[in-house]
Amino acid sequence: MIFFQNLVNALQLGSFYALIALGYSMVYGVLMLFNFAHGDVFMVGAYIGFLVSTGLLTLANLGAVALPTWLILALTIILAMFLTSFVGMLVERVGYRPLRGAPRASAAISGLMIGIFLETFVLWLGGPKRRSFPALIESTTYELGGVIVTNKKIVIVLVSMLLMLALHLFVRRTKWGMAMRAMAYDYVVVPLMGVPLNTIAALTFGLGSALAAAAGVFFGIAYPVLDPYMGIRYGWKAFVAAILGGRGSVLGAALAGFMLGFIEIFVAWIFPSTWRDLIAYSIILLILTLRPHGFFGEPYSAQLRL
Amino acid sequence: MPSLQVEGMTHYFGGLRAVHGYDLRVEPGQIRGLIGPNGAGKTTIFNLVTGRYTPTEGRITLEGEEITGLEPHKIASKGLGRTYQNLRLWRHMTVLEHVKLARYSKIGYGLVGAFFGTSRRHREEAEIEERANTLLELVGARHFADQVVTSLPYGAQRRVELARALATEPKILLLDEPTAGMNLEELVQMMDIVRRIHDELGLAIFLIEHRMKIVMELCDVIQTLVFGQVIAEGTPNEIQRNPAVIDAYLGKDVVT
Repeated sequence: MIFFQNLVNALQLGSFYALIALGYSMVYGVLMLFNFAHGDVFMVGAYIGFLVSTGLLTLANLGAVALPTWLILALTIILAMFLTSFVGMLVERVGYRPLRGAPRASAAISGLMIGIFLETFVLWLGGPKRRSFPALIESTTYELGGVIVTNKKIVIVLVSMLLMLALHLFVRRTKWGMAMRAMAYDYVVVPLMGVPLNTIAALTFGLGSALAAAAGVFFGIAYPVLDPYMGIRYGWKAFVAAILGGRGSVLGAALAGFMLGFIEIFVAWIFPSTWRDLIAYSIILLILTLRPHGFFGEPYSAQLRL
Repeated sequence: MPSLQVEGMTHYFGGLRAVHGYDLRVEPGQIRGLIGPNGAGKTTIFNLVTGRYTPTEGRITLEGEEITGLEPHKIASKGLGRTYQNLRLWRHMTVLEHVKLARYSKIGYGLVGAFFGTSRRHREEAEIEERANTLLELVGARHFADQVVTSLPYGAQRRVELARALATEPKILLLDEPTAGMNLEELVQMMDIVRRIHDELGLAIFLIEHRMKIVMELCDVIQTLVFGQVIAEGTPNEIQRNPAVIDAYLGKDVVT
C-alpha cells in the first residue's frame, strides 16, 4: 500500500518536472540553446498564477462577479499560461535573439543573467516573504484500498498529462509544429519555405513558458508556498530531465520528468530523506553515462545552430 | 520583365571583397549557368540573392519588384526557390512532410483544425497531398512519399530537395550544384528532371555547376566568375572558346 501511495506522489512530482522539462527540451531542440532562465520563468508563472487567483477570489468575495471556484481555477491556469508565454517570448527577444551570432557561452550567460533578473525582480516587487497560494480546490480525500488520493492530485496529474498530449499534437499536426521539427534538424533551409524563423523561435519560447506556468500553478496548489528561488530548485532538476529525455523529444522529456519524480520519491521512501538527492542524482548520472544522448536523442549530433 | 535581375551587386566580408559589380538578368523560362573555380563567390551570390546575406551595394529585383535586404522567408514567398550544394534535408521527417512544410504559407487551418480535424483541414491536406504527389512524381520520388528521408538513396534525397523547392511555387529556381556527388546514372536522371521542370513548369532556372558537360548541355547563357567578378558571359559555345575562361578556369586542355 505504501508503494501505491508513493506512486501517486511520484506522479504528482513527476508532472511538475515533466511540464518544466518540456520547455527546456523544446528550446534546446529547435534553437540548440539551453534556456537557463526557464526555471525562473516557472517561478514567474507561479507568481502570475498567484496574482490572478488572488485577484479573482477578491472579486468573487466582494460579490463583483459570481465565479464558482472551479471556474477560478480554470481561469487561473489559462491566464497564467497566456501571460507567462509573453514573459517567455520577451526572454527570447531580449536575452537570446540579439545574441544569435554570438558564441554559445554568451547566450548561456545571458540566460543566467535573465534568471537572476527575474528572481530579484520578483523579490523586489513581492518582498522576501513567502506567499501562500490561495486554495482553489477544496481538498477532498478519497481512500482507495488504503491509498489516500486527494482530488488536487488527480486534477494536477490529469491536466498535466492533457497539456502534454496537446503539445504532442501541436508539434505533430500543426504547420508551426512541423516548422519547429524542421528547425531542429536544419534551420538554414526553413526560411526558404517561407517560414519566418523569428516567429517560430518566439513560439517555441512561448509554448514552453506556458507549460512552465501551468506547472507553477499546480505547484502552488500542491505545496501552497511560493518563493522567488523556487525556480532554481525545481528548474535545474527539470533541466536534468530534459537532457535525459533526449534533445528536442517531447515524449522523452515527459517520460524523464516522471522518471525523476519516481526516483526521488522512492529513494526517499527507502533511504533517509536527506540522502534523497544524493542517491537519486547518482542514479541519473549513471544512466546518462550509459546513454549520453538521452532516451530519444540522436547518437550523432551534427546539428547546426541558429 | 526579367524573372530575376541583379544590378551592380558588391559584397564585402569584413575587408574581403567577395563579389564585385555583379550583374545578372534571367529572362522568364531561361536556364542560366554560373561557373567558376572554387572560392570564386558563386554560392555567395546565391546567398545574397536569397537574402541570407544583405549585399553591401547593389539592387536585386524579382519580376520587377525589389527584394534587396528583405528577410529570407519574405524573398522565398515572393517566388524564389533554392537548393543547396550539400544535402539539407530534415533527417527524421518523411518525404511528404518535406513537401508539406514548403506549403507553410498556404496552410490555412490552425489549432482547431489540427486538433479536431475540421473539414477545412481535410480539404487542405488532400490538396497538399495531391500537389505533393504530382511534384514527387515529376522528380521520380513518389514511391518514397511516406519514408523518412535518411532511408533514401543519395540521388533520391537530392530529388526530394528539388521537389521541396518546387512546392514553394517559385518563379525562379536557384540550383547550387544539383549533381554534386552523384554517380553517372543519378546524374543523367537529374539532368532529365531539370529539363522536365523547365519544360513542364516553364520555370526560369539559375544554376551553379562544376561539371562542364551539364552546364554546356542545359544552359542558354553562362557566366564565368573569377574572384567575385564576371570575366565572361555568353552561350555555351562562346564560353567554351573564350580565351579568358579557358585560361582562368577550364584549363588549356580538352574541354569536356
